[in-house]
Amino acid sequence: METMSWLQGALGGILIGLAASLLMGLLGRIAGISGILSGLLFERGGNRSWRLAFLLGIVSGPGLLILTGLDWGNVSGDSGAVVGVPESGPAIMLMAGLLVGLGTGLGSGCTSGHGVCGLARLSPRSMAATLVFVLAAMLTVFVSRHVLGGSA
Amino acid sequence: MKVRSGYLSGLLFGLGLAISGMTDPARVIGFLDVAGAWDPTLIFVLGGAVITTFIGYRLVWRRQMPLFESRFQLPTRRDLDTRLLSGAALFGIGWGLSGYCPGPAAASLPEPSWPLAAFIMTLLMGWWLARRLSPAH
Repeated sequence: METMSWLQGALGGILIGLAASLLMGLLGRIAGISGILSGLLFERGGNRSWRLAFLLGIVSGPGLLILTGLDWGNVSGDSGAVVGVPESGPAIMLMAGLLVGLGTGLGSGCTSGHGVCGLARLSPRSMAATLVFVLAAMLTVFVSRHVLGGSA
Repeated sequence: MKVRSGYLSGLLFGLGLAISGMTDPARVIGFLDVAGAWDPTLIFVLGGAVITTFIGYRLVWRRQMPLFESRFQLPTRRDLDTRLLSGAALFGIGWGLSGYCPGPAAASLPEPSWPLAAFIMTLLMGWWLARRLSPAH
């Protein structure tokens, strides 16, 4: 049911907001996934342990739902699933991963850092970045689905 | 305590991504596909997250400092530059092609697949490359 999907979306969003507020209150950090994970891999120093723990937390959230058999996921067309199946094959995914890595690295943030935390801080840079990446993504889907006609 | 704080925040974040449906690339692409059968779910996710964070941040910032660190670490820049906007555009293209941004990609790891592995491999390469290209590093 559509309304149920939207409610779950809002509920999940609230949990994400609580997670971001908690990280700010406890460690004084922005909950930006690209910054946290690329920092974990490519920066030395004292931030590695909490960043690694954060990554383990992100993975174990859905992991626990799957292990306990709780069908709280919101996968379209599969009410029992928690994680959806990729829409694109490995070739497209190789290119997409590079663009997402390079883009979030150069642009200093992704959907979480700019889209959630940055908008909540009313940061002009994050508002501009969010507008640009949402429009670029919509244009990309439009071209790949409706102009080129592929199912990607 | 820092490690526990990181884990707890990550756990809530991962649960939020799963419960909201952001671990499903079809739902994300359904939102981005404004000319198709549009799926507004992502608006509710982003709206719920931004409003909660907006309120949460303001409550938390009433304190002088975070509980387990000596200061809040917030970005201070407010100007727009080419690096920010071109980075955001590249990210958007990759997001539209795959339906994955970094959080959902990590949260989907409990059910790995070859396309997801391919995405994560080049994602890491992209992060490395961006640091090589950045004057700050």
